This record gives sequence, C-alpha cells and structure tokens, in this order.
Amino acid sequence: MGAGAIIGIIIGVLILILAFIFIGIYNGLVGLRNQVKNAWAQIDVQLKRRYDLIPNLVETVKGYAAHERQTLEAVTNARNLAQSIAGGGSVAERAKAEGELSSALARLLAVVENYPNLKANQNFLALQEELTSTENKISFSRQYYNDSVLRYNNKTQMFPSNIIASMAGFKPGEFFEVKTAEEREAPKVSFTTPTTKPGS
Amino acid sequence: MWEQIRSNQIRSMILVILMGALLLAIGYIIGIYFFDSAIAGLIIALIVWGIMNMVAYFQGDSIILNMSGARKIGPQDHPRLYNVVEEMKIASGLEKMPDIYIIDDPALNAFATGRDPQHAAVAITSGLLEKLNRDELQGVIAHEIAHIKNRDILLMLMASILLGSIVILAWYASRILFFSGMTGGRRRSSSSGGGGFQIIILAVGIILMILAPIIAQIIYFAISRRREYLADASGALYTRYPEGLASALEKLLNSNTQVKSANKATAPMYISNPFYKKGMAINDLFATHPPLTDRIRILKAMGGASYTDYENAYRKIKGSSVIPASALKTSEKVEIRKSSAPETVMETGEKEISDIEDKVERTRETSDLMWRLNNYRTITCENCGTRMRLPPTYKAPLIRCPHCGYVNQV
Repeated sequence: MGAGAIIGIIIGVLILILAFIFIGIYNGLVGLRNQVKNAWAQIDVQLKRRYDLIPNLVETVKGYAAHERQTLEAVTNARNLAQSIAGGGSVAERAKAEGELSSALARLLAVVENYPNLKANQNFLALQEELTSTENKISFSRQYYNDSVLRYNNKTQMFPSNIIASMAGFKPGEFFEVKTAEEREAPKVSFTTPTTKPGS
Repeated sequence: MWEQIRSNQIRSMILVILMGALLLAIGYIIGIYFFDSAIAGLIIALIVWGIMNMVAYFQGDSIILNMSGARKIGPQDHPRLYNVVEEMKIASGLEKMPDIYIIDDPALNAFATGRDPQHAAVAITSGLLEKLNRDELQGVIAHEIAHIKNRDILLMLMASILLGSIVILAWYASRILFFSGMTGGRRRSSSSGGGGFQIIILAVGIILMILAPIIAQIIYFAISRRREYLADASGALYTRYPEGLASALEKLLNSNTQVKSANKATAPMYISNPFYKKGMAINDLFATHPPLTDRIRILKAMGGASYTDYENAYRKIKGSSVIPASALKTSEKVEIRKSSAPETVMETGEKEISDIEDKVERTRETSDLMWRLNNYRTITCENCGTRMRLPPTYKAPLIRCPHCGYVNQV
C-alpha cells in the first residue's frame, strides 16, 4: 500500500520531468524554426529592394552608355524573371534566378567602369552605393539564413530532439545556395571581353 | 557564445556589488569621521550607490554619448556608414538596427554602448570614418555589433559609469577629508579624546580614496581584455573577412601618437569643466584594449573566418585558448570571402591614383556630413559645379557662385 503510493509518486514525477523536457525541446525547435522564417523574410526584403533599384540603375546607365544594350537587357530580363519566380518558386529555383541576376548585375557594373562620365554622376554614385550595399545585405542575410537553417536542421536530426521533431512534424529547412563558381567567374569574364560573352 | 553572455551578466552583477562594497567602505569612513556615526555614512553610500546604478542602467548610454559629443545620424546623412551598419546588423542577426552616432574628432576611435540589443548605439569618430575604406569600416562596425550581440555593452556601460563616478567621488572626498583633516579634524579629536584612533581612520580613509580609482581601473582591465578578442572573432565571422578589421586596426596603430598629441592640444580649452574631466577618465578607460599588434597578428593568421579558425590563430600566437567551448562545438567551416574592392586590372600607378581618389571622396563625404550636422547647406553651382556651403544664417533665396559668377537658386 505504502510502497504502491511511493511508486506512483515516482512515476508521476518521472512523467512530469519528461513532459518538461518535451516542452523545452519543442519550444526550442519552434524558436529555431521562427528564426529561419525571420531570416528568410530578411532575404526577401533585400531581394525586393534590389528589384526596385534595378530599373533606376538601368535608366541612369542608359543615358551614358546606350550601346551597352545587351548587358542592360540581360539585367532587366534577369530581374523580371527573378521577380516572377519570387511569387511562388521553391528556395532552390529562387536561388538560381537570383544568382543569375547577381552575375548580370556584376557584368553591368564591370562594364560601367569604362565610362568615366557615368562614374562622376552623383546620382549614379548614390545608386551604386545602394546597389553594392543591397548586394552585401543579400549575401549577409543569406549567410545568416543558412546558419539558421543549419542550426535548425541539426536540432531536427540530432538525438533526442529528432524524436520530438518527427512526432510534431518539423520539416528540415532548405539552404539558399547560389552557385559560387558562377558568381566568381562572371566578373572576370566580363573584364577581359565585356561585350562578347556568349549568352549575355 | 552563451557562456560569454552568461559571464557578462554575472560580471555585471559582481561589478555592481563590488562597487557597492567599495562605496560602503568609503561611506563608513566618512560617516565615522564626519557624523560620528557609521550608520549615517552607510545610508548615504547606499543611496548614492542606488542612484548611480539606476543612472548607469537607464541613462548611461546617453551620458556617454553626450560626453563624447556624439551626434545621431540618419540614413541620408552618410549612406555608406548607415548601409555598413545595416549589413552587419543583418549578418549578426540583431533584431533591431542600432542608433548610429558620429563624433566630430580627428582621433581614430569607435565604440558601442547601450543596455541591451534593443537599446544599443554605435559611435564612430569622423577621423576614423574618413580613414577607412568600406571593408575596414565593415570590420570595425562588425566588431562593435559583436559587443552588442555578446551583451558586452551593458557590462562596459555599468563599468565606465560606476567607475567614472567613483573616481570623481573619491577625488572630492579626498579633498574634503584633506582640508577638514587640517582644520575641523583637530577640533573633533580634542572633543572625543581619541586622537590616535582618529589619525588611523584618517590614514585609512586617505589610502582608500587614493586606492579607489586604482582598484576601479584594475577591475576594468580585468573585464575588458578577453571580450575584445571575442568581438574580433565574431567580427571576422560576420564579415567573413578578417583582413578588413586587421587593416583597420593597423590604421589605428599607426595613428596612435598623433591622436594623443591632438588630445593634449585640445584639453586646455576644457580645463575648467569638471564634466570634461569625467569624460577624460572614461576615455582613458576605453583604451584598456589588448595590444593592437597581437589582435592584428591573430586576425592575419586566420585560415578561415570561423570561431575555430580564430581559436587556432590565437593559440598559435598567444599559446592559450580564448573562444568558449559552446561556440567551438557548433562552429562550422567558413571560408574567407574576397575583398569587396573591384577586381580591375590596374597598373601600379593607376592603383595609387584610384586610392587617392577614394581618400579624397571619403574626406569630402565626411566633411560634408559634419557641415550638414551643423546645419550648413551644400549647393553645387549649376554652371561650373563649384560646391558652396551656406551657413544656417544665410536666408537669401539666391547665391552667386564665387567661381564663375552664375546666380543659383538656394
């Protein structure tokens, strides 16, 4: 009788402890998932900012370097494509489109180096600063997003939190990976042969 | 880095308590000596301690910013600086954009302050802003944001305000004690009849008051070194570019002597103002960083941009460990990015010219900012492009360009 009550109490306490552990891990997972969502929203803000800046940039450059039509069109097309995918594409699709936009922009900014008048234009300088910074912000928010996804995925896959993650349906996050090789290559190619790059 | 955050919270508490103990000791002596009752002195000390802590916590950041003559700027005032701060805010995952302040001073310095990441500010001198290129500026700002992110700011804020006020209190107290020791003390000792005891108390009091600022300094030294290394490590991780911060620190190192002479030259102007004295004491406290040369060597020895890379570089140069275990455990391999300067192929001469152009552009940008903060307007002549600065008292609608004579609309 007495022993039964004690065993009952012990089991009760154990269940209580387990419940607390469960709640702690669950809340930790929710926190990490929210961090991933937040980080994604950050990327989104910066990508939208870039869509807004590009038409301005293209207009300004056109005034000084009208015959760089191909490069300018490539940028505009890449922007429109990226923006259309932004509505409902997967992370991987978006990453690809945004990566292409980045390299088209890098080509444009490299071409612009050949126009001293344009580089002296205050309006252009302000735009260039905004664009450079937006590019940086995109890569920093991507960096932070990927770090958050990594932390979240680790948590959903490691024992013991993986048990709770699979029970409560926490799905692993998707990394925002831009092909770095392509990114690195683009400016180099355009420096040597700015206008004859196939496909640009 | 949660160990670091935890340790900062604990150290903040210890600091507050230690300062309290020091104040109580001083209050005790003052109480016995002046009021013939230890209780009165202790109560005064407790009240002073409470007020000091409240002020340090809630008003500390604005006191420090005000004393250093810092002025808040917006995105339009200096787009590059604002953008760099925002970039680092994003890279560090800070929830709120810190306020940005400019200090009009040729000295090279920057600091972060505030009580938590929601109430934080970054301040930078115009001299530093002018000297640094984008990558270097990014490194410095990343270091300051790391102080915010690691919760160093509250500890440093409490330390500088509490220590600053202790230094001042001790300064006044030692003078009161000294003069009353000459005159009133003798009268009192004859009335109480315990002359020997009074002299011992007086001696202890004087020693304590001389020691107080020194003790305070030692505490400050003890708490501020490691977190500088940690902020460097976080800064390198945020920017993925340790070279930027290293190169900025080199500029600080090279200009060290110049800064000191500039301070000495300007100091006589303020000699009658006690608040400036307080400010000086705090400025000295801010200089309690580990040797710049070590920090530069560690940053340059990094093979990647992760905490593990910093730890390895630190171990190689200092022979000990610096990064907390939790940060190392979750540290992933991180590559260093390339410089943000455009990769144009330039002749050596051209490179120098473009460097000089950059410098001129930055100097102009910074001086424009300082003029604008003083309510001057800058107008570019529509005819010849000459730039004119209009003082805030200029009210006329037109201005004649002194260079070409063209009349511009204001």
